[in-house]
Formats: sequence, C-alpha cells, structure tokens
Amino acid sequence: VVAAAAFAALVIAGCGGSGGNGTATLNYYIFPEPSGSFAKAAAECSKASGGKYNIVINTLPSASDAQRQQLVRRLAAKDSSIDIVGMDVNWTAEFAGAGWIKPWSGSQASQVTNGVLPGPVATATWNGKLFGAPLNSNTQLLWYRKDLVPNPPKTWSQMIQDATQLAKQGKAHYIEEQGAQYEGYVVWFNSLVDSAGGQILSGPSTVALGPPAQQAASIIHQLAKSPAADPSLSNDQEDQARLAFEAGKAAFEINYPFVYPSAQTDVPKIAKVMGYAPYPSMIAGKPARVTIGGINLGVSSYSTHAADAFAASACMANRPHQLTDAVKGGLPPTLSSLYDDPALAKAYPFHALIKQQLANYGIRPKTPAYSDVSLAIQKTLSPPDAISPSTAVNSLNGQIKSALTSGALL
Amino acid sequence: VSTGAVTAPTAAPPRKAKVTTDRAKAERRLAYMLIAPSVIVMAVVTAYPIIDAFVLSLQRADLRFPSANKFIGFSNYGHVLSSSLWWSDVAHTLFITVISVAIELVLGMLLALAMHRAIFARGAVRAIGLIPYGIVTVVAAFSWRYAWEADSGWIPHLLGLTTDPLASRNGSYIAVILAEVWKTTPFMALLLLGGLALVPDELHEAARVDGATTWQRFWRITIPLMKPAILVALLFRTLDGLRIFDTVYIFNAGAHGTETVSILGYNQLLNRLNLGLGSAVSVLIFLMVAIVAFLFIKGFGASAPGAESS
Repeated sequence: VVAAAAFAALVIAGCGGSGGNGTATLNYYIFPEPSGSFAKAAAECSKASGGKYNIVINTLPSASDAQRQQLVRRLAAKDSSIDIVGMDVNWTAEFAGAGWIKPWSGSQASQVTNGVLPGPVATATWNGKLFGAPLNSNTQLLWYRKDLVPNPPKTWSQMIQDATQLAKQGKAHYIEEQGAQYEGYVVWFNSLVDSAGGQILSGPSTVALGPPAQQAASIIHQLAKSPAADPSLSNDQEDQARLAFEAGKAAFEINYPFVYPSAQTDVPKIAKVMGYAPYPSMIAGKPARVTIGGINLGVSSYSTHAADAFAASACMANRPHQLTDAVKGGLPPTLSSLYDDPALAKAYPFHALIKQQLANYGIRPKTPAYSDVSLAIQKTLSPPDAISPSTAVNSLNGQIKSALTSGALL
Repeated sequence: VSTGAVTAPTAAPPRKAKVTTDRAKAERRLAYMLIAPSVIVMAVVTAYPIIDAFVLSLQRADLRFPSANKFIGFSNYGHVLSSSLWWSDVAHTLFITVISVAIELVLGMLLALAMHRAIFARGAVRAIGLIPYGIVTVVAAFSWRYAWEADSGWIPHLLGLTTDPLASRNGSYIAVILAEVWKTTPFMALLLLGGLALVPDELHEAARVDGATTWQRFWRITIPLMKPAILVALLFRTLDGLRIFDTVYIFNAGAHGTETVSILGYNQLLNRLNLGLGSAVSVLIFLMVAIVAFLFIKGFGASAPGAESS
C-alpha cells in the first residue's frame, strides 16, 4: 500500500502538466550541455512567453546511445511527461517513422527553416514533412600540425602518404580518427562513401552500396594497416582522438571543432601549431561531402501542450539563442547568416570553412531502421585493420539488407 | 534420485496419513496463506516477465514499427539459431565463463585456505578479501579499463607495451577475464570457506597420525568433504558467467570478437528495439542457463545443491 501510494505520487508528480495559474510546464529532454546556453535559452523563452509556458530542462545521459535509449523507451511507452525532445540528427527519421514526434506545419515550419542551411533541414525532414527545428549542426574538419606539415593534404591517400613519410623521419605522424565499434565510425564511413560519390541507402529501405563504398572501405583499411594508424585506432572515439593529438603523438586529426578551444586550454604549445583545413577528399579536386551532426528539436506526439511546445522549440532555435549556443557552447549554428556575424567569427576562426562544408553536406541514411543500419556497418567493418576491401561491400550489402527486414540478428 | 523438491518449512501433513484431520486442513490453509504474499510477489516480478518475454518472442514486435506487429510462431527462434552470430557469441560466452571460473576456483580455494588458517586478525583478513566483491561491477570494470588503456593505464606501462592491448582480441579477452576473476574470486572464496568449515579437524589429525602428507590430506579429506560447497560455488559462478554483460560492455561493448550473448540480446532489445528477436535471444539465454543448472544437478547427483539430503 505504501509502495502503491508512493508510486501514485510519483506518477502525479511526473505528469505535472499545467500549473494552477494556467502556465504549462514543458519538459525539455536534451543532452547535458556544459556551458549552460540551453538553460539560458529555456529561461529566456519561458520569460518571453509571458506566463504561457515554463520550460523545464531534463538532462539526458552524456553518451549519445544512452540518450536515445532513454528517449525511445519513454516515447514508445507514450510517456506524456515529455514535450520537447532534443534529437541527434540521425534519430529524426526513426522518431518520425514510429509516430513519436509531430510534424511541423505552416508558419511555424517556415519560421524554423527560414535562412537555415539545407543540410540541417534535410536531416529534419522525413517523408516530405519537417519533423524538427534544426537547433545546431556540426561537421568534422582536418586538424594538422603546421610545424610538421607545411601544406595540409587534399586527399585521404595524400594524407596517408604524408603520415607514412613523417613516420620514416621519426616524427609525430598518427592520423587520429574514430575507429571504435560505435556511431562515430559510421560517420567516418558515411563521409568517405558520400565523398567518393556514392551513398549507403538510396531510399528508406534500398541499399545502394557500390564502388564508392568499396573505395571507402579500402581507404579505412589502408590507413589502419599503415604507420599512420594510432595503435588504439580500433578503440578510438572523438575524445581519445582529441587527447592523442593534444599529447603530441599525431600529425593529423579528423574531429569536430570542439578540439580547437580544448587544445588552447589544455596545451597552448600544440594549439599554437594547430592548423585546420577542409576534410580530405576521396576524389582529387572534388570537395568532400562530410556527414553532418547536430540536434533537431522535436515535439512529442504524446505531449499535452503541443502548441506551446512548438512555440517554445522555435524560440530556443531562433537566431539569438543559436548565437549563444555557438559562442558559449561551441555548437555550430544552422542559420546561414550567423556565419557572417562578427561575434561568431571571433569565436570560430574557421567559420567560413564550417559554412562551406555544411553547404556541401553529407547525411547519414534516412530510415526508421537507422540503428539497425548503423549496427550492421559498425560490426561488419570492425576492427578497421581486419576489413577485407574486396568482400566488405558484399557482406555489408547482405547485412544491411537483412537488418532492414528486422528479421536478422545483428 | 534428486527431485529438487523445495517444500515449505511449515507443517506439511504426514505423507502416509490418507485421512486429513481438520487440524491438518486448517494448518495447510494457514500455510498457503502465509506463503501467498511471496508467491504473488514472485509471480509479478518473475513469472510475468518470463511469460511476457516468451509471448513477445513469438511475434514480430518492433517498437519502431508498431503497425507491423504480428504473431509469427517460432520464426524468431529460427532467425537466432540459424545465425552464425548467435553461435559465435555462445562460444565467446562459454570461453569467458570456463576460463574465468577455472581460475576463480583455484584462486578462491587458496584464498579460502588462507582465510581459514589466518591466525591473527581473522575478521580483518576476511573483510579485506571481500572488498573487490563489494565494488559495483560497472565501477570495477571502468577502473580496469582505465588500467589497461594504452596511453594512461598502469598495466601497459608496467609491462612496457608499445601497442594497445585492448586493440587486439587476445588482449581484450585477457583484460575481461582478469577483471572478472579479480571481481568474483572473493565470492568463490567465501562459499569455499563455508565448505572448509565443514571439514572436522579430527579427520586431519587422524590422517596426520597415519602419516598422510599435507597434499594427500587436501585431496583425500578436504576436497571430498567440501564437494557440496565446491559444487554450489561452481554452479553460482557458471550461471553468473553465462550472463556476463557489464565487464565486456564497459571494456569495448563486444568489439574485437568479445561479444557475449547478453550483449547480443541488449543490442536487439535496446538498440534495435526489436522486442521479438531480442526476447527470443533472452529466452534462449534462459534455456542455456537452465540446461547448465540441470546438468550440474544431474551430473553431480546427490551432493548437488537442491538435492534431497539422504
């Protein structure tokens, strides 16, 4: 009885919808943003609503797959205590396809897509409808040591050659990448496939791997087998790559812009010689199409305050808040015009490069079964040095196809 | 033959009495009422999830495609059992279990003997020995992973390794098994210590008078008398080992060919949200564990746990 009463109390507290004074409580689930810029946006938007709603931030775990697991468990159970969901761009198709989030329409849809770069909008679109307000984007750049590499390499083959050369001279030479069996490895593979002119899926359930995928698999294998590979490549995620570069072991690093301010704080000596360049190409002369990351704000289908949730999401993704997120939190905005803002230019010396890469973007396969596709790719291509370039594409084809039927074990 | 019968300790009516007295009836009713709360709790927390998992395993049930859910009989089991992934994961799980339980048995026995023979500070020795077991598995796994990390860990540093031990299959297995052994040897030792206490000192003294060596006394007296305790310890640890998840997950989430059946089930259930396939994997793990438990009890006969004492 006591337990039942406590449970009932929890349920009531959990569903705390409208307050007595007509102010709706909007539960906003988002990753733990350390600078506090999301909290600031939530507070400012609540205030600006004039008592219509109050946004309460609920922090998700810090690991991306743990964030998704918590959200999907709650959404699949039709949890009405979620109003706004902060989704990784690659979850949008899954959430929309399952009917867990509501489409944006009319003036609100145009409000959150006006002036937004096409890549982020593409990630938020499913079946021709907009399912998220693009809050921020992200793209990986090539970071390199200016003291070791006078001219940054333009292609992957060139970079592997340069690194091998440095290794012969006994200098720091690793190429830091994300080769662990996880989502970041899929980002690497997807960027290479896109840059080689191919794609993984040509529709929600049509596998389209071909020669570009084979080239991508061979480059990964070639790197893993060369002296350019960090011995820990097969366990490296973004942060291990950042740390290895900061430790002075690497000449190159493929990573998100957060590594730049981090090096400045951690190792000013390395930061001084840290250069940035476009993500290397697969085809000489043809710019790479780099897989973009970022967050879209969606409104839960089970929210009891959907209208307020749409308004609040639009507010938190507006220009002033995107600027704060970028300058304070280091999250690249989705609004094109912000890249010309002097405040952003100051915080991001490489802002033009980011904008250029976001304009020539690549995105991960859009399918409700994305997690199956991702799992199939990670497992088939892991570890990087065991890839057999000639058979990898065939087995990937088979794995992804059976993953999409949801009948095969992965 | 063992029946594994578990009877309520409350007054069971004498078996031969065909005619039940009113008093016996009342006592039986009372017994049922007394065990009812725990039966209900068990049904809710154990039986219901098991039945639900079995029902789900007979369906195409995917949280992402709710409209496509339907009954498909044993197809999910067909998919799992015909997949090479399932069988290789079974092999990985058995490998980790057999090796780590074997090492734990030897080390646990040494530790138990040490704790049994400790002359001074007996309580302190036992408490210290149990510390690893008291640490949350995830926390222990994290500290071992950091210890093995190529750049910052003390183990590669100590061994003078230039490569990353966790970037290879062998290294990953060694790391996982050592972490398991470190964590659960104290548990093994504790169970064996209980067994050691059963061995009467007089037998040792008599054997010593007859000229038996220490080694002979250990093999001929201690071990046979401890057999029930050894079996309990082996059974518990084997069943735990077959369900290993945390340590492997923390080290590399099953990369480098270390994926276990529990991680396989987790991937289907929590990553893919494929409740049908995932439940089939869970039910198969349950069966695997049940078969091993059955073999232990059958194979070791009357001295096995759960067997009726003669």
